[in-house]
Amino acid sequence: MGQFIYLKNVTTLMLDEKKCVGCGICLTVCPHGIFYLNERHARISNRDACMECGACAKNCPVEAISVKTGVGCAIAFINSFLGRSDSSCCCVIEPVGKESTCC
Amino acid sequence: MSFTVDPGLYALGSPDRHSPVFVTANYKMSFDRLRNDLKNRDSWLLVLNTQGINVWCAAGKGSFGTDELSERIHTSGLSRIISHKDLILPQLSAPGVSAHVVHKNTGFNVRFGPVRSSDLPAFIDSGYKATPEMRLKNFPIMDRAALIPMELIIAMKWMLIIFPFVFMLSGLFGSGPFLSAAIRHGFFAAVMLTGGMTAGTIIAPLLLPWLPGRAFAMKGFSAAVIVLLPLLGLFSATSYPFPAFAEAFSLFLISSGVAMFLAMNFTGSSTFTSSSGVRKEMKWAVPIQIGCGIIGFGMWVWTLYAA
Ligand code: SF4
Ligand code: SF4
Repeated sequence: MGQFIYLKNVTTLMLDEKKCVGCGICLTVCPHGIFYLNERHARISNRDACMECGACAKNCPVEAISVKTGVGCAIAFINSFLGRSDSSCCCVIEPVGKESTCC
Repeated sequence: MSFTVDPGLYALGSPDRHSPVFVTANYKMSFDRLRNDLKNRDSWLLVLNTQGINVWCAAGKGSFGTDELSERIHTSGLSRIISHKDLILPQLSAPGVSAHVVHKNTGFNVRFGPVRSSDLPAFIDSGYKATPEMRLKNFPIMDRAALIPMELIIAMKWMLIIFPFVFMLSGLFGSGPFLSAAIRHGFFAAVMLTGGMTAGTIIAPLLLPWLPGRAFAMKGFSAAVIVLLPLLGLFSATSYPFPAFAEAFSLFLISSGVAMFLAMNFTGSSTFTSSSGVRKEMKWAVPIQIGCGIIGFGMWVWTLYAA
């Protein structure tokens, strides 16, 4: 089965190819295979698969990548809209059934 | 019951100064899974204090982060115990851990291992190299199915609160004696609402890749159509006195609104929805859901009353 793609043209992911030194760590950390290396420079291939986790930006040693991170979770938005404090409560990404950690 | 492990350094088997170091969260499931996947391999486990939250979530919140790792390297006295400078972290901790900053802080090299700890043996055996598949976070049907019970329990709690009102309103506004009206209209409404709930919490997650629409609310609506239309057909096919078209339509509105809302909430459990995307989806989906609820409810009460 192919890769999941959520909405198109929404990710805030930006790559400054001029800054990139081609270390390749963004290829390593991205859980959705967004990057590839093209002659010692990183390129974005399928940006619509980006989930804005921020792993790439956090690990790029020259800050060539920027992305506005946040949890892609409707409940979190509802909670923050209602003024509840822990806006990132609904993290249950690991299928652990009733032993899920938060919420 | 405790779901946490004390942070610190643990020995797995009988590791020595050259054994690899694996870093994990102090969520018991994460720790146990890692321990299990590394069976018969002497190694060190460095457990960070993530307040009992799993790796991926803790990394997102920052508690599985650069600072905590740097701290823990110092407090555990790791550099006196091992003779090398390499740490292996789960790839999904990368949103919280900046490898080059950890190196600057501590002199240790962070190496990101595979996404799934079950791939660790293969990763180690190939000389600490991950295949492209090991680097991808997918969301197979089994993982989605495992999330259903939790989604269902939350939704069912709400249903249990709502159902008494549904039966009460049916009895009050429906034609005929209270009890018979409550049962006749209330049963129909309860079945339709349960159908909407099923669509949003079971059908939408299971059929996620195949349902039409990109937005989860849209997928929820598709799932609602799949569930509710056969239900309506069933009602008209049996000898059950088929309710007026308006009553059926109003309940379809409410129930598909419920399905859209519940499916939209599944974004929190999915592994590929971006924050910007969810925000964009909610901008149009939430007003539609509220509209479905209010218009559907008004229409339903009116049909009961008018009948
Ligand atoms: S934000 Fe996450 S998903 Fe998006 S490109 Fe960076 S690492 Fe990949
Ligand atoms: S992490 Fe930064 S410098 Fe390294 S390849 Fe990616 S964009 Fe280029």
